[in-house]
Order: sequence, then structure tokens, then C-alpha cells
Amino acid sequence: MDPMDAIRTTFFIECDELLAQLEEGLMAMEQGSADSETINSVFRAVHSVKGGGGAFGLDPLVRFSHVFETLLDQIRSSQVEATESVVATLLRAADMLADHVSAARDGGGVDEARSEQIAAAIMSHTLGGSSAAAYQPQPDEIEGLDFKPQMISLDLPSAEPAADFDISALLAGAAAAPADPVANDGEGGWIVNFAPHASLYAKANDSALVLRELSGLGEAVISVNDEALPTLDEMDPAGAYLGWTVRLPASVAEEDIRDAFAFVDDDCDLEIVREGGGSADLDISALLAGAVEPRTSAEEPADLLSSLLQEVVQSPPAAAPAPPAPAPVAPATAQNKPFNLMDLAPHVDELTQSAPSAPVQAQAANAPAAPPPPQTIRVDLDRVDRLINLVGELVINQAMLAQRVMESGAGKATDVNLAITDLELLTRNIQDSVMAIRAQPVKSVFQRMPRLVREVGEATHKRVRLVTEGEGTEVDKTVVEKLSDPITHMIRNAIDHGLETPAEREAAGKPAEGTVRLTAAHRSGRIVIEVSDDGRGVDRVRVKAKAIEKGLISADAQMTDEEIDNLIFAPGFSTAATVSDISGRGVGMDVVKRSVQALGGRITIISTPGQGSRFSLSLPLTLAVLDGMVVTVGDQTLVAPLTTIIESLKPRAGDVRPLGPSNFVLKIRDAFVPLIDTGAALGFGKSKFDPTEGVALLVESDVAGQVALMVDHIQGQRQVVIKSLETNYKPTDGVAAATILGDGRVALILDIDGLVTAHRKAPPRADTLAMTG
Amino acid sequence: MNLTILAVDDSRTIREMLGHTLRQAGYQVITAEDGVHGLEVLQTERPDVIVTDINMPRLDGFGFIEAVRAEGASRTSPILAPTTESEPEKKARARAAGATGWIVKPFDPVKLIEAIRRVAA
Repeated sequence: MDPMDAIRTTFFIECDELLAQLEEGLMAMEQGSADSETINSVFRAVHSVKGGGGAFGLDPLVRFSHVFETLLDQIRSSQVEATESVVATLLRAADMLADHVSAARDGGGVDEARSEQIAAAIMSHTLGGSSAAAYQPQPDEIEGLDFKPQMISLDLPSAEPAADFDISALLAGAAAAPADPVANDGEGGWIVNFAPHASLYAKANDSALVLRELSGLGEAVISVNDEALPTLDEMDPAGAYLGWTVRLPASVAEEDIRDAFAFVDDDCDLEIVREGGGSADLDISALLAGAVEPRTSAEEPADLLSSLLQEVVQSPPAAAPAPPAPAPVAPATAQNKPFNLMDLAPHVDELTQSAPSAPVQAQAANAPAAPPPPQTIRVDLDRVDRLINLVGELVINQAMLAQRVMESGAGKATDVNLAITDLELLTRNIQDSVMAIRAQPVKSVFQRMPRLVREVGEATHKRVRLVTEGEGTEVDKTVVEKLSDPITHMIRNAIDHGLETPAEREAAGKPAEGTVRLTAAHRSGRIVIEVSDDGRGVDRVRVKAKAIEKGLISADAQMTDEEIDNLIFAPGFSTAATVSDISGRGVGMDVVKRSVQALGGRITIISTPGQGSRFSLSLPLTLAVLDGMVVTVGDQTLVAPLTTIIESLKPRAGDVRPLGPSNFVLKIRDAFVPLIDTGAALGFGKSKFDPTEGVALLVESDVAGQVALMVDHIQGQRQVVIKSLETNYKPTDGVAAATILGDGRVALILDIDGLVTAHRKAPPRADTLAMTG
Repeated sequence: MNLTILAVDDSRTIREMLGHTLRQAGYQVITAEDGVHGLEVLQTERPDVIVTDINMPRLDGFGFIEAVRAEGASRTSPILAPTTESEPEKKARARAAGATGWIVKPFDPVKLIEAIRRVAA
């Protein structure tokens, strides 16, 4: 894959995260709970989208982001206040930005009119209006910075690969200068006087590199002016004492010369004049005299530096002979130069504290390193899935091994058994860790909801506020993705059908703004998602009438309130008087119910007329593994999810009381709970059902509170790998799935709620099979 | 040229683009995702040139440049910062903080390499 394609993919993934960050920040701003860091993060999100978009040439996206970003920048620098109307515009802008990103990614278009409209709204809040926010596709060049790609010759005298200039050559040039005083070019060559300030070096600019730049423009004659250079003991290593005069041919363009100083012109004295031209006050001979003077005693051009450096070698505490910037050059030029720079190298560290050649020294001087931030990596989901599968098999295998070992008669305290116990612990740990890899918070789904609420609210002219709770609740990744549709439908439904218009609400004494609550929580080993609203509740009269009209129930059917409420889940049902494209046409709650059931979940509704409705969606946390209590009923081995079991007990004779013709209850301490013959409920036929000979499992069910299940024996607790019965057989009431035990037999995993429901529908009688297929 | 460049930017996309462009030009590249992370990286690495974005969480470019210039082995390393369009105040602020030079955004690979050559041997 072309690397740019991979980076492009990365960009769009990043855009999703940035858009989520943007949404979150704007929500906080809307609620008035945003601090300056939040506003900054909102700005950065749009800024980064724009930055990346620019890199890929996604013009419409960049244009829009720029307008958006400009206003956000003004807000974060407090030039513009984030009033309610401003924030409302920002929210719309965020939605539009998301559309632009999608269009850029998938190649479609956006609603241009809407984009223009929102951009105009943004600009109306922006100081300086359209002119400030107008995007110039070509960034203006910074003044004075006229970047032309320059071919800089690397063939300077004696150039090393890593050091393409060298001091001796420059100084050789300097030494040669006096030989040709003024007549370098004669006709209007350039004279550049350049004296850096200390600030130039403080910003890590390197005069030598600037001089190299100039050398690349044409034949340069460089001389140094070191009049200001103090003695070593007076010298400040960070000080700037040297100046240079560079003479360039007239053929060089002035702007190219200026350009070479682009980074440093604020930090130096710079004078660029034509030779023999206007600057009569330039005393060339004085400069040359200054340049020539220190050389009186030397034949070799390099002696000046050499002598300075020699002094340094002999007196380590003294300051370095040159400003820190050229120091990195020193080791590089050491190879074939006449000075003893190699001697100098070890001392450079001490002197300048900036030697690149002494990492050990540098590190010793540093504070202990701070702990690195937590790292993440991206992994293909396939690999994780495979891993989870294999770990599941590992668990089964380990269980079988344990079984075999037990059967072989090895005592509990033998080495083998101890090793097996260790193995079990290890396997369990591996499994937990592996499952955690795929677990994700539902936040990613919840985050899409505020926008949905805004859109549906707008479309139905209702005022809605969304409150979310528990978005950190984690669930397996595959389950998370499937949550999006059901939650979307439930929220749409709540707003469209549940909430009244502001006028109706006020007439009913409610606040004009309706509230939709979206919560997620773990409960009894499952994840429960609830969408509740404070609207009008299910209109039972209308629902019943509609159901009769659609032939879903007979005209004289007797139904409880709950049953009427649940009619909305029946396929083909819709109470929308006008079929809006939001949640009508019978594609609504029944679709929701189907997709929820396909995941092994359940959906229920509780409604109070005039006060609101609550949809409750419950799903298994993970589709792979379960901690269970293995029990026997008749000749069957079953597994009850451990998370549902409250306690187990052996009932005493007097604790079992009959209730009605065919039901029993169990007295537990001071309360009575329904007692269910598990075997009968599942259709195994009536068990012995002498409760005192069996064991009662007290379990918690969603639909009926606490219930006691009668079983014959408890075999023990085990972690089992869930194998789907549905995909391998078919859905079965009362049975959630199946597993393979250590001895190789198949055990059914009980679905407590399903079991209880089945029991209620058709209470077990001695001679009937209660189980439905 | 075997220089090492440290690229600091909170956008993963930009980090990858910088890395790609710079590696193609023969440089070694290390990255950090904000100013704080950049300072941590500098405790164990000695890049020859630092390229840092300005807008970043935790510690922004200005803060980062100032911190690098305050102390530490990279005090005298060249630092390049991006500027978008022409924002003279931002550029001035970066320079006041201690930036060596700048690059115009959106990044033009040629200009990026040029700027690096300008500040590093």
C-alpha cells in the first residue's frame, strides 16, 4: 500500500476521534461547564482536522474548517464570548464538519447550501467578519521569506560528508581577503555585514550555516571581525563577539541575500550594501584591518583558532573559545584539520554543556526520566477474535485435563493436582486479560446520540435535552457496535412519540423542554441500557385500537396494560398518524426487538401515562465465556450463570408451601419466593420434586425478582466457554447456550429469565411438557 | 545526511506525514505527541533538529520551546515551528520563545527539508 494511502486512512480514523472530542467539548460549553482547557481542545480538534485536510488537499473541508477554526480561535483568546446563540451555531458547525469529513472520505458531496449557510452564521459571530475568516488557498509567504529551492553546493573545500563546510576554508578566505582589498568585483558587488547577537545563538542558529547559505549564492569572500572578542577569562560562552563581512558578486540578487538571513534577521545587526555605493560611511579598510590584525603572527590561516583552542585544552575551567553554536562542528572537522580538536572534544562537554559527543555526560546531569505515557497499538480485530477463540479452547482443554487427573485417582495434595490448580489460575488470568482486550466502553456509541437528539428534535419541533450516564460501562466490542441501531431507534421513538410538543408540555404543567435519559450499567452479569423519557407514555387506547386494526389481536382480547405496551414490539406495528421518515412504517421497535434478540438480549418497556416511558435493553456482556454453577437435574447437567445466583440452600420440609393448584413457594428466612422445578420447566418431565432431597438455587431474574430453582445436585463452580446453541441448533426458551464440560459432555447453560418466563406462561404440570420449541 | 529529527505534533496524521517525508529524505525520525511527551523524549534522545507544532494539549509549542531552551542537553538544538498563513504575532511569539526558524503550513516537503538544512549542518 502506498504509504500515503495508509496515512490517509489514519487521517480519517483520527478525524473520527477529533470529531468526538469536538462534540464532547461543545456539549460541555453548552452546559456552561467548559473551562479554558476544554475550549482549547475544541479549537485543536478543528485545527487538526484542517491541518490534516490541508495535507491531502481536501479543499472544501479545509475551507469550512478554516472558518470554523477562526471563530474558535477568537473564543479561546476571549475576543468573542461563547453565548448560547454562538454555541448553538458551533454545534451546527460541528455537524456540518462531520458531513464534510464523510464526504471527503467517501467521495460524496455535502449539502452546499447548508454549508454556506452555516459558514455565514459562523462569520456573523466572528470579529472582522468575512475578511478575517476568509480562507486564502495559498498561504501568504511570510514577509521577507522568499523560499526558492536553492541548490547549495556541497563541494566546499575539503568538505566531509557530514560537515560540508570547514573553518579553515573560511579563514583561508579571510586570510586571502587582504590581498584584494576593495576590488573584489569592482562594479557594485555586495558587502554584507553581519554581527549576530547572543539571542541568535540562544535560538540555536548557527552563523556558520548562515555563512554557508551565502557561500552558496555565489563566490563569497568572508572575513571575520573579532575585535570584540575578549580574553578567555572574561568571555561568556553564550555571548556573541564575532562579526563577519561577506562580499558577494553583483550578480547575486539582494533578496536572495536577505533570504539567507530570514531566520536570524531579528537577532543580528545586518547591513547589505552595494560596494562603492551609498554607504560611504562603511569603513572597509577599518574592517579589513580588524580582520587582518590577529594574523600578523601566523602563517597558517588556522593558527588563530588553534592557539585559542590550545589555551582551552590547558585550562579546562575556562570558557570555550567560540559561541556554543559552532561546537557541534568541532568533532566533525577534527579528522584532517591542523588543530588539536580531538584533544578538545572531551573538554567541550564541561565547557559548553552542549556537546553532542558525550551523551553519557549529558544524561548524568539530567533529572531522572519521567515515566513514559501509556502506549497503545492498533490490532486487527481478526487477530483478537482468533486469540479469544483459542483461549476458549484452552479453557475447555484445561478443564478436561483437570477432570482426567481427578479421575485417575491422584490425590488432591499431589504435585500433579497442585500443578493443575496453578494451571487453572493461569488460564483464568489469560482469559480475563484476553477478554479485556476486546471490551470497550459504550461511550463511542453514546457519543453519537447528542447529534441525533438535536436533529430529531429539530425535525419534530420539540425541545429535548439528553442526559447520559454510565458511558464508561464496558462491553465486548462486537456487542458495542450492535448497540447503535437499537439505541438510535429507542431515542428516536422517545422523542417522536414519547415527548409532547413544548406547548402540550406546558399545558400539562411540565417544563417545555423534555428530557431523554440514556443510561448503561452492569447488572447481574449483563449490560442494561435504558432509554427513558418524561413524555406522555404509551397511549394504550390508540395502541390497542391500532393492533386490532392491523389484525394483530382480536377485538375482544383481554389484555393487561403491560401486554398492550408490548404490542409496540409486534412486527408491522406503527402508531404514527402521519408516517414521518423518522420512525414510522412499522420499521421501528420490532426491528429493534429482533436485533436485540439476535444478540441474546431482551427488551422491555414500562410506561406510565402522562409521565413517560422507559425502554430497558439487556444484553450479555460477553459472548464468549461464563462463570457458572454446574448442577444436575435428572440425568442432565446444566450450568447456571454464577452472576445470577444469590445463594443455594437445602430446603427443609416445612419451607415448601403450595400456592394455587400447581405452584409452590419456598420460605427463605422471612420471605417467600416462587419455586420452580427446573427439569419440568425445561421439559425433561417431572423430576422427583421432593424438595428436601434436592437443592434450591436462589436466583435473581430481571422479570420476576428472586426465584428459587430446584435442582438435584450441585457439582461445583466452573468457568465455561459459551458455544452458541442458536447457530448450531436453534433458539430455545430457557436455554441461553451450551458448553462442553471437562468430561466431553454437552451441558446446557440456563437462561434464567427465559426459564422464569416459560414457567410463568405455562406452569408445569405433572404430565405436560412446558418447553416450547 | 544522517541527522535525527524529533517531530512533535498532537495529530497522528501529521506525525506520520512528517515521518514519511523526512525518512524519504534520509533522516531518522522520532516523534512525540505533545510538549510534555516531547520533553520526556528529550531526556533520552538527542535529536539534531526539533520540529514542533504550536497547538497541542498539555504543553503547547510555545511552552515546549521555552522549556527546551531553559535547560537540558537540547538547549542549543535547532527548533522549527510551523506557522499557518501569515500570523506575525504567532511567529513573533515562537521566536521570542526561542524557535530557530519556521516552516509554512501546510507542509511542503521541499520547504520542510530546506528549512532543516538551513538550521542543521
